[in-house]
Order: sequence, then structure tokens, then C-alpha cells
Amino acid sequence: MHRFLLAVLRRDLTLAARRRGDWLIAQFFFVMVASLFPLGVGPEPEMLARIGPGVLWVAATLASLLSLSRLFADDHHDGSLEHMVLSPEPTVLLVLGKSLAHWLIYCIPLLLIAPVLGIQFNLPWDAIWVLEISLLLGTPILSLLGSVGAALTLGLRGGGVLLTLLILPLYVPALIFGAGAVDGVMSGTGGQAHLSLLGAFMVLSLMIAPWIAAAALRVSLE
Amino acid sequence: MTPEPIQTSPELSVRDLACARGERLLFKGMNFTVKAGELLLVQGGNGQGKTSLLRLLTGLARPEDGMVLWCGKPINKNREDFHAQMIYLGHANGVKDDLNPVENLRFAEGLQGRPFEAARAVSILERLGLGRCLDLPCRVLSFGQRRRVALSALLLADARLWILDEPLTGLDIHAVALMEGLIRDHLTGGGMVVATTHQALNLEGVNVQRLLVGNVAIPELA
Repeated sequence: MHRFLLAVLRRDLTLAARRRGDWLIAQFFFVMVASLFPLGVGPEPEMLARIGPGVLWVAATLASLLSLSRLFADDHHDGSLEHMVLSPEPTVLLVLGKSLAHWLIYCIPLLLIAPVLGIQFNLPWDAIWVLEISLLLGTPILSLLGSVGAALTLGLRGGGVLLTLLILPLYVPALIFGAGAVDGVMSGTGGQAHLSLLGAFMVLSLMIAPWIAAAALRVSLE
Repeated sequence: MTPEPIQTSPELSVRDLACARGERLLFKGMNFTVKAGELLLVQGGNGQGKTSLLRLLTGLARPEDGMVLWCGKPINKNREDFHAQMIYLGHANGVKDDLNPVENLRFAEGLQGRPFEAARAVSILERLGLGRCLDLPCRVLSFGQRRRVALSALLLADARLWILDEPLTGLDIHAVALMEGLIRDHLTGGGMVVATTHQALNLEGVNVQRLLVGNVAIPELA
């Protein structure tokens, strides 16, 4: 069982290492979106610190969405998805492995870039620290819920746009609690409550999303 | 190479199977049994439901009516056991373009939850004439060579039941002859094969059942 999970993980990581272009696009997108805001709203430091947490969270959400439409689509296209679903191992593990790989490949780099962008938005260090924790807790939600959307829209024409419309509303709680935690620290009320709720939401998605995505995958392949 | 001797004689059987694509009924009331050492050659014109039948047999698609049984049990109740002993090769090869043939086989094995024996994989690839392409990414291989990589995965998997959808597409005459030999070996070793093909096969000494799908008669093959 763990061998299967590891095989899925190692496979997706190897494939990502072979196609670094795709990987870089998501990271550049994150930096670009976050950098457009200071240009748009003006350079006042107080204003930037006010909108910073929200902007960084929205940008991270959009950047992770960018890569989600290909979570299953590439494997579906070359037939390897059918082979994986026909494996004696449960499809739930396949989805879990692929979500985990997506998180490692596309979300961990966002975590590394976020502090730099935080400085750009004039966030204080304790806020940047909480931003990191909120992203660490929140980005797995993006990958897990995203796998449900990717499985549902598999093989549809214009699936990418549909995926965005389907999944973005589900990201709302993560966005509210994630950006809320950073805001809380900056306004002095503390981010603990928001982070706890974010963690609970992450555990909930971990428990439910792979099962729904596995069922959706089977329907999409039929 | 050959499967282990059989303890309980496995068989694939189908009861009153019906298949529909959208509103159109492709076939109904289909019954057959494939026993150890038998080849079921599914024949029929384009669009008559050969691929749909094979997808029903693998469990990728659900039948409109009736059921598919493996060793007397419905395959959806017995999924793990069935998929551990079955391998499917569809129109798409399930070969990753960014990986070389050996890596492709390594992941194919990992996804079946089995350990990878590198020496055996290389010897199978060499047997299929891919000895000179071992470290080339599959992207640069020809269509027929990629098909050969997919067939190597079939051999490596050591499954009892092979379900092959047009396995000879894109293969040259040497590879077709090799494939005929492999199918014969597999059947002699107590395996089972369900295949569709439009090409003539030399199947002397093989226990062949022919199944005509749809109502368009086609000239006798082989």
C-alpha cells in the first residue's frame, strides 16, 4: 500500500523534474500577480500592508489553480491514468498521492517565495511568519479540493475554465481563515483562532476529498 | 516468464451483458466464458462496440445490464483480486514521453504495487527489440517502438488475463510475429487473452473462440 503511494509520488515528482517549464510558470504567475497590486493601488506602505495578506493568499490560490487542470489530464491523455485506476491498489490512494505530489511540486515553492513578497508588501516579520504557517496549513486544502475538481472536469472541453468556476467557491473558507490569521496578527487580536480553523478545514479536506475525487475519476473515465 | 501453475482454474465469464453508448444500444444478452489457455478474439466493424466491450471486461465501464464474473464472482465485488491478475492495453499506450523505457516499466510495476526487477525489465525490453533505446526518452521513439514499450509492460506484469485492444497497431511484421509467439506462450502457460484486432494472426495450435460484436459481418480472419 505504501509502496503504491510512494510510486505515485515518485513518478509525479520525476515527471515534474523533467518538465521544469510547467513548474516555473506557476511560480512566476504567483510573483507577477502579487507584484501587479503595488503598481495598481499605489506605493503607500500602510495601504500595502493592509491589502498584503489578502493579495498574497489570492495569488497563491490562483497559482495553484493554474496547474490543477493538468493533475489528471496528462495521464488521461496518454492512457496511463487507466492503468493506474486498474491497479489492484485503491483509487483513493492514487488521488491522495497525486494531490500530495501537486502540493510538493507547486505549493511548497509558493511557501518559499511568499516571505520575499511579504517584504514587498511591507508586512512586519511576525505577520510574515503567520503568513507562512497559514500557507503551510492552507495550501494542502487547495491541492486536495482541487483534485476533486480536476477529476470531475477530466476530458471535458474547456475543462480548465469550468474547474476554476467549480473550485474557487470551495477555496473561500481557506482564503478567509488564511488571510484572516495574518490580519489578526497585524491588528493585534492574534491569529490563533483562524489558524486552528484553517487546520481543521485541512484535516476535513484530507478525510473527504480523496474519496470524492476517486469516485469522480471513475465516473469521468467511464 | 510463464505464469505459475494454476491452483484454482480461473475463468472470465460474462452473463447477459448489455452495453449502451448514450441512447444507442450496442449489444445485449451477450454470454461467453474464457478459460485458462483460451484466446477470445473479438471481431466486428468499426463502431460496433469492441472497445466498449473490452472496457466493460476491465471494469473501467459499468454495463447497462448483466455482469462480468472473474472466477465466478462479479468483478466489482472482487476488484482487488481481479485487477491483480488482469492487465489491459488500450488504444493509448500509457507510456510517458518524458521517461525512458526502463523508467516507464519501473513506474508501471510500482503502480501495480510490485517490486521492480531491473534486470528482468531490461531483458524483456531487449527481447522486444528496444535494446538500443533504453536510455532515450520515449518522446523520441517511433509510434511502433512506443507500442513495444507498452507490450513490455504487459510481459513484465506477469498477469493471468491479458485484455488487448488492437495490440498490433503500428507494429512491423517482425513484431507481429513476436507478438503471436508471446500470445501463444502466454496461453500455453495457462494464461487467457481477450483481444480485438483487424489484422490476420497466425494462431495455429491455439484455442481460439471468436466473438462477433454488432451485426456487420466481416471476412474471416487468419
